[in-house]
Amino acid sequence: MPPLLELVGITKRYPGIVANQDVSLAVQPGEIQALLGENGAGKSTLMKIVYGLARPDEGEIRWQGELVVENSPVLARKRGIGMVFQHFTLFETLTVAENIALGLEPGNAGSDLEGRIRELSRHYGLAVAPQAPVWSLSVGERQRVEIVRCLLQSPRLLIMDEPTSVLTPQEADGLFATLRRLAAEGCAVLYISHKLEEIQALCHAATVLRAGKVVARCDPTRETARSLAALMIGKAPPEIEHRPAESDGPVVLSVADLSLPSVDPHGTALKRVSFSLRAGEILGVAGVAGNGQRELLRALSGEDARAPAGAITLAGQPAGNLDPKRRRALGLAFVPEERLGRGAAPKLSLTLNALLTGKRQSLTRAGLIRQGAVERRATEIVRRFDVRTPGIQAEAGSLSGGNLQKFIVGRELYDGPKLLIAAHPTWGVDVGAATLIREEMLALRDRGGSVLLFSEELDELFLLSDRIAVMFHGMLSPPAPVRQLTPESVGLLMGGAGFEGGVGLAQAH
Amino acid sequence: MGDELSTAIAVIAATLRAGTPLVFAAIGELVAERAGVLNLGIEGMMLVGAVVGFMVAASTGLTPLGFVAAALAGMGAAAIYGALALNLMTNQVATGLALAIFGAGLAAFLGQSWVGIPLPGMALPFPETLRSIPVAGPILFGHDWLVYLSLLTVAGVAFFLHRTRGGLILRAVGENQESAHALGYPVLRIRWLATLFGGAMAGIGGGYLSLIYTPQWAENMTAGRGWIALALVVFATWRPWRVLLGAYVFGGVTILGLQIQAAGIAINSNLVAMTPYLATIIVLVLISRDATRIRLHTPASLARPFHPEA
Amino acid sequence: MLRLTRRTNPSRSLEILAPLVAVALTLVVAAILFVALGKNPADAFAAMFWRPVQDLYGWSELGVKVAPLILCAVGLAIGFRASVWNIGAEGQIVVGAIAASWVALATGEGGFGLPGWLLPLLAGALGGMVWGAIPALLRTKANANEILVSLMLVYVGGFLLQYVVRGPMRDPMSFGFPQSPMFPDPARLPILLDTTRLHLGFALALLAALVAWLFVARSYQGFVFRLSGEAPAAAAYAGFSRAKVIWGSFLISGGLAGLAGAAEVLGPIGQLQPAVSPGYGFAAIIVAFLGRLHPIGIIAAALLMGLFYLGGEIAQMELQLPIAITGVFQGLLLFFLLGADTFVRWRLVLGGTR
Repeated sequence: MPPLLELVGITKRYPGIVANQDVSLAVQPGEIQALLGENGAGKSTLMKIVYGLARPDEGEIRWQGELVVENSPVLARKRGIGMVFQHFTLFETLTVAENIALGLEPGNAGSDLEGRIRELSRHYGLAVAPQAPVWSLSVGERQRVEIVRCLLQSPRLLIMDEPTSVLTPQEADGLFATLRRLAAEGCAVLYISHKLEEIQALCHAATVLRAGKVVARCDPTRETARSLAALMIGKAPPEIEHRPAESDGPVVLSVADLSLPSVDPHGTALKRVSFSLRAGEILGVAGVAGNGQRELLRALSGEDARAPAGAITLAGQPAGNLDPKRRRALGLAFVPEERLGRGAAPKLSLTLNALLTGKRQSLTRAGLIRQGAVERRATEIVRRFDVRTPGIQAEAGSLSGGNLQKFIVGRELYDGPKLLIAAHPTWGVDVGAATLIREEMLALRDRGGSVLLFSEELDELFLLSDRIAVMFHGMLSPPAPVRQLTPESVGLLMGGAGFEGGVGLAQAH
Repeated sequence: MGDELSTAIAVIAATLRAGTPLVFAAIGELVAERAGVLNLGIEGMMLVGAVVGFMVAASTGLTPLGFVAAALAGMGAAAIYGALALNLMTNQVATGLALAIFGAGLAAFLGQSWVGIPLPGMALPFPETLRSIPVAGPILFGHDWLVYLSLLTVAGVAFFLHRTRGGLILRAVGENQESAHALGYPVLRIRWLATLFGGAMAGIGGGYLSLIYTPQWAENMTAGRGWIALALVVFATWRPWRVLLGAYVFGGVTILGLQIQAAGIAINSNLVAMTPYLATIIVLVLISRDATRIRLHTPASLARPFHPEA
Repeated sequence: MLRLTRRTNPSRSLEILAPLVAVALTLVVAAILFVALGKNPADAFAAMFWRPVQDLYGWSELGVKVAPLILCAVGLAIGFRASVWNIGAEGQIVVGAIAASWVALATGEGGFGLPGWLLPLLAGALGGMVWGAIPALLRTKANANEILVSLMLVYVGGFLLQYVVRGPMRDPMSFGFPQSPMFPDPARLPILLDTTRLHLGFALALLAALVAWLFVARSYQGFVFRLSGEAPAAAAYAGFSRAKVIWGSFLISGGLAGLAGAAEVLGPIGQLQPAVSPGYGFAAIIVAFLGRLHPIGIIAAALLMGLFYLGGEIAQMELQLPIAITGVFQGLLLFFLLGADTFVRWRLVLGGTR
C-alpha cells in the first residue's frame, strides 16, 4: 500500500534563503510522525507546502500514491488534510460556529452545524460552545475550536504545528489522548514540535530537519532527549547549569494589590496582583497566554501608566504612574514580547534602534543626535552580544529573530540596569541565541541585578528562576521557591487550580 | 393641509434627498472597509461619477443610463485605487488622497464644457394617485427612484454581511487577513470586489447630485460629501442601518440651515453653509470619544496591505 | 503571471529613481492626453514647461508659486513622517491669510521700530497654528480622526473667508466687491528682486526647508517623530508621547501653512480676497510625497509643481487647454509615485509560484 502522504525532493526558496532543500518524507495511515527541528529549520514552510499555502520550486507531493498537480488549502481539505496552525487562523469577533463554518467547504457548512459541533466535541472530549465569540475564549479553548474545525471534515491527515506551546501540561496530556484516539481510528498525524519529551511520549516516527534539509529519520522512543537535540542542532546542545539562589538583597520591585482593567476590550483585567522582587534573584512568571501577562507587563513597563503611583514601587520610588522613560531612569530595562515593531523599529537601522532606549544624555547634544556616539554604542552591542548582521546600518527588520533578540537584550543590558523584565525572551529564537540570552540573564542576577522573566515554557522557567509565580485570569499566585515546585504543580496552577477563592488561597502545592 | 404641516413634509422629503448621496457613498465605503480596504478617495470617485453620469445622460437623454455610467465611472476610479493599494500595496491613506485629488481634477477637466446644461430628468416611480394621499403620500411615495434604491441597497448590504456566507467571508477578510489567507480565501480578489462595489456606490452617489439633486454639473459639486461619508462609516460603527440614520441626520442639518434662512431669520449664509462640516466634526468627536467602542467595531485588518508571502 | 517578492534589502537606487520615473510616466500620459485633445505635444510641453521659465521674470514668478508650496509641504512632511495626516493645509492657509490681513489692516503702518509686515506675518502663522490645533486637540482628547477633522476645517475656513470678505473686513469703498482694503505699504512683504513679485516669503520658505532638514535628519525629536510614525508600539515602548508628536506635527504644519497664507496676502495679493490660494494646500501634499518627505527633495518637487501651475496658465491662454488639466497631472503624478515606490522594497518577477 502506498503511503498516505509522500513528499519527494521538495525544495523551496525564498529571497535570500533556501527554506527547504530536497526534503522527502512519507506518512502512513494511523501513524503519528514528528517533524522535528529548530526555529527556522523549515518545518512550517514544508507544512504550508503540504497544505497548499506555498508551492514548491522543485519536488513532488504524492497523496495516496497519486501525484498532486494542483494544490490549495481548499483542495487539501477536500483530500482530507486538516491543519492546526501555530498562530491560530481564527477570527476574534466571530462566533465559534462562524469560525468553524469558514473552515469548511460551503456544502459541508450548512445544516445543523452546531449539532455536529456538539456531537464531535463530545466524542473526542473537546468541549467548545458554538455560540461563544472567539475573543472570549482561552488559548486552549481556541485550539480546541481549530481542532474541531479540522475534525468535522473527517480528515485522513492532521497537521499540528507546535500545538502544546499554548497549553498547560495537563491540557497537553488531554490533547495527546485525543491524537492517540484519532490515530487509532486510522487518521495520520504530522506533529511539529521542538519539545523533545513530548515527541518521545507521543510519536511513532520522527523526521529531523536542520537548515532546510532532512538530517535524520528515527524512532524517537529509542532516542534520548539529548541525542534528539544533537540531531536537531548538529552538535551536543549547550548546557546551562541550573543554579537557583536565595537572595536576601533589598527589594527592587514591589507590586501591591494592583488591579487594572485592560485597555484592550478583549483583554484580561489585572486582579489584586502582589509580589516583590529582590536584588540578585530571578522571578519566573508562568501562565498560559492571555491570562493577564500582557497587561501586567505593560503596567510594569510604563506603557500603561494608569496604575496608582503606590501600586508599583521601583527602586524605592512609587512608580505606578510613571512613563517608561522615568522608570528606565530608575534602573528598569525591558525586553518586550514583540521584537519587531515594539522592541525594535523594523525599518530603522540598528544604529537608530540603539538610540531607542539608550540613556539620552550621552547620545545627544543641544537636541541633535551625536551620530558617532550612537554608532559606537550600536557597534559595541553587536560585538558583545554576537549579533550577526551585515553592519550597524542594516534595517532591524532584516535580521533573523535570534539576532534581533540578541541586539535588543544587549541594548537593554547596556546601561547596566538594576532590573530586567523579559517577556518570552527566547521565543522563536535559535538554540545558540537562546543560550546566550539565558546566560546573560543569569549573569545579571549574579552581579546583583534582578530579573522578572515571563515565559510560557516551563523548562525555561525551571532552568533559570529562583522563584516562580503563576498568572491565571489576571491573578498572580504567591511566588514560591523553585525547589518546592514541580512542572506538574505549576501546571495545575496554570490551569486555575487553587485560584477559585481568589489569590489568597492559591498554594504552591 | 396647514402650512406648517406641508412645510414639515417638504422638509422631510428634502432631508431624504439631501441624505441619499451620502447613503450611497457611505454604504459603499462601509463594504470596502469591512473587507479591510480604507479608500479615502470617495470624493474623487463621486465627482467622476457625477460628471460622467451627467455627460452620458445629457448626451443620450437617458437619465437611467447616466446612473449606469456613473457607477461604471466610479468603479473605474476605484480600479486605479485597487491596482495601487491592493496589488502594489501602496499606503492606503496616501493612495486615497491621490484618488481624491485626481478625481476632482479629472472631473473638472471632463466637465468643463458641460456646465449649465439642462437635463431631461427622470419620472417618479409611484403614480400621482399614491403620491397625493395626504401626509403619507409625499412621505412614503413622493420620492425619486434613487431614494428607494438607496434604501434597498442598505437592506441588501445588511442582509449580505450578516446573513450570507459571502458576507461572512468578506468580514473574515477584513478582520484577519492572514487567517483568511491560511484558510484558502482569495483575500485580494475579495478586496477588489469590495473596492469596486465601493466605487460603484460612490459613483451613483455623485451621479445623484448631478442628475437629480441639483440637477446640473458644476466643478467640485460634491462639496466634501465624500469626506462626510467617511465620517458616517465611523459614526455607524461599521453597521449598515446606522449609515442610513447618520446620512439623514446630515441631510437634515443641511436642509435645516436652508429652512432657517428661508424663514427670514437673519443669519449669514456663509455661516449657515459651515454647519454640515461643523456637524461632522462634532459627530466624529462624540462617537470617537469612546475609544474602546471604536476599537471593538473597526475591522482589525483595516488599511493593512496584504501579501501572501508576508 | 507577474508577482511581487520582497527584496532582502530596499533598493537605494530605486528610492532616488522613483520620483523621476513617476515624473517621466506622468509626462508620457500627458503627451498622450495632448494628442487626444488634438494638440501637438511638443507645443504643449513647451508652453507648460519651457515658456514659463525662459527669462528671469519667469523664474521669479516660479519663485512666487513655489514659496507657499515649500512652506506647506515642509510642514506636512514632518507630520506625514510621523503618520500624522494633516490634509487641511488649505484651510490653515486661509485662516493664516485672514489673521494676517486683520493685523495688517489694524497695525500695518508699523511702529515700535518693527517693520510693518512682521506682526501680520506672525499673526498669520499663529492663525494657521490655531486652525491646526483643532484637529490636534480633537485627536488627542477625543480620538477623532485628524484626516477628516482637518479636511472639514478646510470647508469651514473657506466659508469663514467668504464671510469676512463680504462682512466684517470688506472695504467700504469697494463698491460691493468682496474684498478688504489694500494693505498699507509697510505691511507688504519686501521684494527680493527689483521689478519682480518675488517676495520675502520665498526666502522664508528656503529657510524653513533648511531648519526642517536639520530637524528631520539630525535632531533627536526628528527621530522621535519618525519612530512614532513608523513603529508606534516601539515609540510607546521607548516612552515617547504620541500626543506630543501629534501636537507638534499640527502646530508646525499649521504654522507654516498659516505663514504661507499670510505671505500670499502680504506679498503678491496685497489685500484679502475671496480666493487666496489656488489649492496650494492640497498640491503641497503631492509635493511632500514627491519630495520623499525630505525638505531638500521638497524644494525640487515644489519647483516642478509650481511649473505645473504657471505652465497650466500659459497653456490655457495659448493653447486653450483647460486649466483643470493641472489637477489631473497632480493626481497622476502621485499615483505613479506611489506605485513606483513599491519597487523600492519589492521586486517584480515572472512566474507562477507563490
